[in-house]
Amino acid sequence: MGTEFDLILKKYKQGKREDLIPMLQEIQEQLGYLSEEAIVNVGSYLGLSTTKIYGLATFYDRFRFIPSGRIHISVCNGTSCYINGSQSVINKISEEINVQPGLTTRDGNFSCEIVSCMGGCHNGPVINVNGEYHTFVKASQLPELIKKLMYIIEND
Amino acid sequence: MLFTIQVNNKKIKAEKGETILSALNRNGIIIPTLCRMKDFTPTGACRMCVVEVEGRDRLVTACSQPVEEWMKIRTHSPRVIQARKTIVELLLSNHPDDCLYCERNLNCELQNLSEELNIRERRIRGKKIKPRLDQSSPAITRELSKCILCGRCVRVCEEVVTANTLDFIKRGRNTHIGASMDRDFNFSSCVHCGQCLIVCPTGALHEKHSITEIQEYLNKPEILKVIQYSPLVTAGIAGELGIKHNKYADRILNAILRKIGFDKVFTTGTGTDVCITEISGQLLEKLEKRTASPLYISACPAWVKYCEQFMPSQIPMLSTVKSPQQITGALIKTIVADQNKVNPANIFSVSATPCLAMKFEARRDGMMRKGISDVDSVLTVRELSRLIRLYGIAPSIIEPEAADEPLAGRSSSAVLAEVSGGLTEGILRALHYKLLTKEADKQLFRKLRSSGSFREISMAIGEYEVKAAVVDGLTGLGKLKTSINSGKSYDLIEVMVCPGGCVHGAGLPFSSARADVRSRAKLVYQTDDSEPVNLPCKSHHLINLYDKLLKENSEISDKKIFYTHFEKRNVLL
Repeated sequence: MGTEFDLILKKYKQGKREDLIPMLQEIQEQLGYLSEEAIVNVGSYLGLSTTKIYGLATFYDRFRFIPSGRIHISVCNGTSCYINGSQSVINKISEEINVQPGLTTRDGNFSCEIVSCMGGCHNGPVINVNGEYHTFVKASQLPELIKKLMYIIEND
Repeated sequence: MLFTIQVNNKKIKAEKGETILSALNRNGIIIPTLCRMKDFTPTGACRMCVVEVEGRDRLVTACSQPVEEWMKIRTHSPRVIQARKTIVELLLSNHPDDCLYCERNLNCELQNLSEELNIRERRIRGKKIKPRLDQSSPAITRELSKCILCGRCVRVCEEVVTANTLDFIKRGRNTHIGASMDRDFNFSSCVHCGQCLIVCPTGALHEKHSITEIQEYLNKPEILKVIQYSPLVTAGIAGELGIKHNKYADRILNAILRKIGFDKVFTTGTGTDVCITEISGQLLEKLEKRTASPLYISACPAWVKYCEQFMPSQIPMLSTVKSPQQITGALIKTIVADQNKVNPANIFSVSATPCLAMKFEARRDGMMRKGISDVDSVLTVRELSRLIRLYGIAPSIIEPEAADEPLAGRSSSAVLAEVSGGLTEGILRALHYKLLTKEADKQLFRKLRSSGSFREISMAIGEYEVKAAVVDGLTGLGKLKTSINSGKSYDLIEVMVCPGGCVHGAGLPFSSARADVRSRAKLVYQTDDSEPVNLPCKSHHLINLYDKLLKENSEISDKKIFYTHFEKRNVLL
């Protein structure tokens, strides 16, 4: 494991189980996801079995277990966004980037996930593209957005 | 302190500090439970045991709520029964409903509850759980669609076995029980002890079946079909078949097995005697060299796997003697093959045992000779009784028969090995006799026969002061570690994964697995007290084996077939 990862571990006290969630959060922030290696290392550092860590991490939607794409799109599927048609947005995104929500494209360019609420209920449907919010999204706008993103990736 | 509470308009006595459930049970009022397990802290997760307490708006869980003096309880009011019924109906809403094909048909807690609560129609329809069958483990099969998420297996694996192999994965509707990274079981840290399977209320966890394979071989005339069974099998199966468990039960079982089609019937007890003799030899060697490191008994295959995974530093101290089953298996493929003039490859060797991990052990590396495995197939007691019923044999009108030579008899030490501490006792007795040529006083071993997850004994045998420790269930490992860290040293350490030893094995019938393990242990002690041959070296079968059969066969006279090797295992811990 890289030194970055070791640095995260060292911030926490060995064997202190209550630090598990902050640790996992920090690792996810750094790596973009929780790798198997990370879970094994955290387990031996805190004295927890990997089953318990995996069980806990899968409880929360926030934790990912596969690397996210260069462009990560989160789509809000909270009540308000749902009523305003987030389902058609999800379907359109899946169709455009050709991957199911929760997964990453083979070329590693795109990943998409459904989240519960982003707190922009009166602006729905809301999507978040690499930290940038888009409001009142319509399915018809998406092909153009994806095209733009593709252009950015190719010329990056 | 006793006080009175009112239950269903009647007064009953309750004790301060106990739960409502235990007070009710003591007074003959039965409340259905599901997630509750004896001797565990209650979780109150399934809500099956709810009762109505006057003055409380909500129903309370009897398993977790302590009784209080003012309580007026109603245990079977319409509201309570409706609540319980709804819970079972909800559990059934996504259940596969394949009871007729299910492993646990007529022996299933969910089925019993649904019957008890008189559920006769499907009121709630849910989306069925996607079937997922995990047959990757050599011992345990998981059928996730039958799981009702009571969490008993998770708790047993964490609190009794301490392997932490199982946990809840995901959340809400997607929750399921799984191993690390939701991989199949063969990649996990599971030690195959099967304690999870004993507590599973449905057919979600059960042993991997071997019956079909055995049936196939039973129909092959060119194959020599051989079965060995451990001393505890008779006790386990007697209840299932409705025969009395007395000294003739073994002989009746022999006759039944021959009727099924097995050509030779042997007892694993002879292997246990060999195991005791070999380990006591190793122990003596160790005592003579005065090495400080302990000798761990490796007869419990689940413990061996646990050690290989979690305590790799202790692997060199594991006794290299195979387990009784494997020793008997090895003898069958060598001596029995020679005597009957058959190629070992044409022997199909089955073992019937109360242990589930033996299924895994039979497939281990190092458990074969010249590419031929020692044991080909392992049956649990449950499977054996199913096999006997399949062949339609009425045990009541069968003439008792003796087992086949040369592996026909055992000493009572071999029976004693089925309880935790028994193998240590057998080894120390054998060592005592070897060094002093007289039997050790039975009173010396009283400490080994007591309860508790960690027991130790120190006794003088000749010039040596032998210190032994018994870890009864893996929860005792912690105490062993503290004891070693505090400067104590041991010569011999016995670890059994199932609390109580093999008498609590996961292969025994479900109906009796929940009964008191202690009573089965008592049976074992009684056998040891009543039988005349109580030392392996006094059993004429063993004497014949060592003095004649092993010496006659030049290939195995080095006794290498009794030994194996262990190595570190890479699994996700």
